[in-house]
Amino acid sequence: MIPSDPIAGAIRVSLEVSIVSLALAALPGIGSGLALGIERFRGRGALVSILYTALAFPTVVVGLFVYFLLSRSGPFGSLGLLYTKTAMVIGQTILIAPILSTFTLSAVKRLDPALTLTARSLGASRLRLYLTLAREARFGILAALIASFGRAISEVGVSMILGGNIAGHTRTMTTVIALEHDKGQFREAMILGALLLAISLCINIGFHVLQRDSEHRDD
Amino acid sequence: MKQIGILLSILILALGSVCAQDTKPAMESAVQPDAATPFITLATTTSTENSGLLAYLNPLFTKETGIDVRVVAKGTGAALESARNGDADIVMVHSLRDEEKFVADGFGLKRLPLMHNDFILVGPESDPARIKGLTITDAFKKLADSKQPFVSRGDNSGTHVKEIEIWESISIKPEGDWYLSIGQGMSKALIMAGEKTGYTLADRGTFLSMQDKIPLKILSEGAPILANPYSIIVVNPDKHPHVKVDQAKKYAEWLLSEKGQKAIEGFKVAGQTLFFPDNLK
Repeated sequence: MIPSDPIAGAIRVSLEVSIVSLALAALPGIGSGLALGIERFRGRGALVSILYTALAFPTVVVGLFVYFLLSRSGPFGSLGLLYTKTAMVIGQTILIAPILSTFTLSAVKRLDPALTLTARSLGASRLRLYLTLAREARFGILAALIASFGRAISEVGVSMILGGNIAGHTRTMTTVIALEHDKGQFREAMILGALLLAISLCINIGFHVLQRDSEHRDD
Repeated sequence: MKQIGILLSILILALGSVCAQDTKPAMESAVQPDAATPFITLATTTSTENSGLLAYLNPLFTKETGIDVRVVAKGTGAALESARNGDADIVMVHSLRDEEKFVADGFGLKRLPLMHNDFILVGPESDPARIKGLTITDAFKKLADSKQPFVSRGDNSGTHVKEIEIWESISIKPEGDWYLSIGQGMSKALIMAGEKTGYTLADRGTFLSMQDKIPLKILSEGAPILANPYSIIVVNPDKHPHVKVDQAKKYAEWLLSEKGQKAIEGFKVAGQTLFFPDNLK
């Protein structure tokens, strides 16, 4: 068996990086999704296409891209961020922002168009309008948050390339699973995989309760 | 005008997400709680990490000096490449040719011989290619003729470079369905060779640490060409001024000291020494 301390460390790093990434990506992701749903401007269609394409970015490609930016030989090398949790946060933020954006956009598009018109005719400010639509689309937005968190905590490409799988520092649940598999410790890898699943399940149940609560408040 | 405003606000939001990481000290400390502990980054090969050697050695060094060693384990080629890019302070690798070039190009200070073990040719017990006991070059020739599956690391690691050297020494270019270039670490290569009832070249350390998990046996060993020397090289601060040269040197000195060398010798898996120190009198 693997000693439990390193596992606790890996779980902590996984949660820490994914939660910080989600927090950082939330505002720009949801904000841009709302803006794309509400406003009409030139280049909007192209932007939406790009965002949808970004959903399919392989994590290793995002990892590689950020790697070149953060390597000592890259443009931001002097910051010394490669192989740190900060680097992983940057990668995961880039990875999940498009999910938040596109999910929010499609949630807003599903709303009754009369809502926007009514709000506008009642003289709602732009901020007011955004907040109203965000409130109406909250289930979709919650789904966006769940999906984003899921992508962040389950990805291995960004964590491996940008974190370097350093024991106790940047070793996450997924990179330790990859490592245990690498070492032929299949049993340990399976146990860790089950653990990751259990953690994700708990968090999703939490989100679900949240979603149900807000539903009841509405009734 | 309105459209430009919206575009700008999207841009600002996007930028904000990037800048937030620099401007929020609270966030920064949450992301890097241990920035105060001195540390060096060691780029190394999968064999030193996967065999458990570094997990055994580094805590001893850290306890003595307070310097943490962050290990990034890749193949030798990738480890040297990240050091060339300035992303490591010191390397521990095993590919003489690449190491000499690394130092000659000015990226490393001095190649310091650390320890050695050797490469072995392993394969299934049934040995369908009938190579047991042959010299390594004869065994490779026969493998190419028999077209039995051969797993190649294919990742520019020290083991991969050695394998190519052996093929070159007998003027054979391995090609075909039987030659599986997998681009992965030593353990993975051993596992795949086991699954495919195939052959692979392995470093003895990793093989010994895994032999109870894979149905493979040592079939050829002992030739001089199979020597597998590991060295450490501190990255040259002339190329990368940010390199923590003093702390990296301390690590190198410790590894080469009697204490470090004895620790290497004392590291055993299943009762067997995996790495033999080079600097022990």
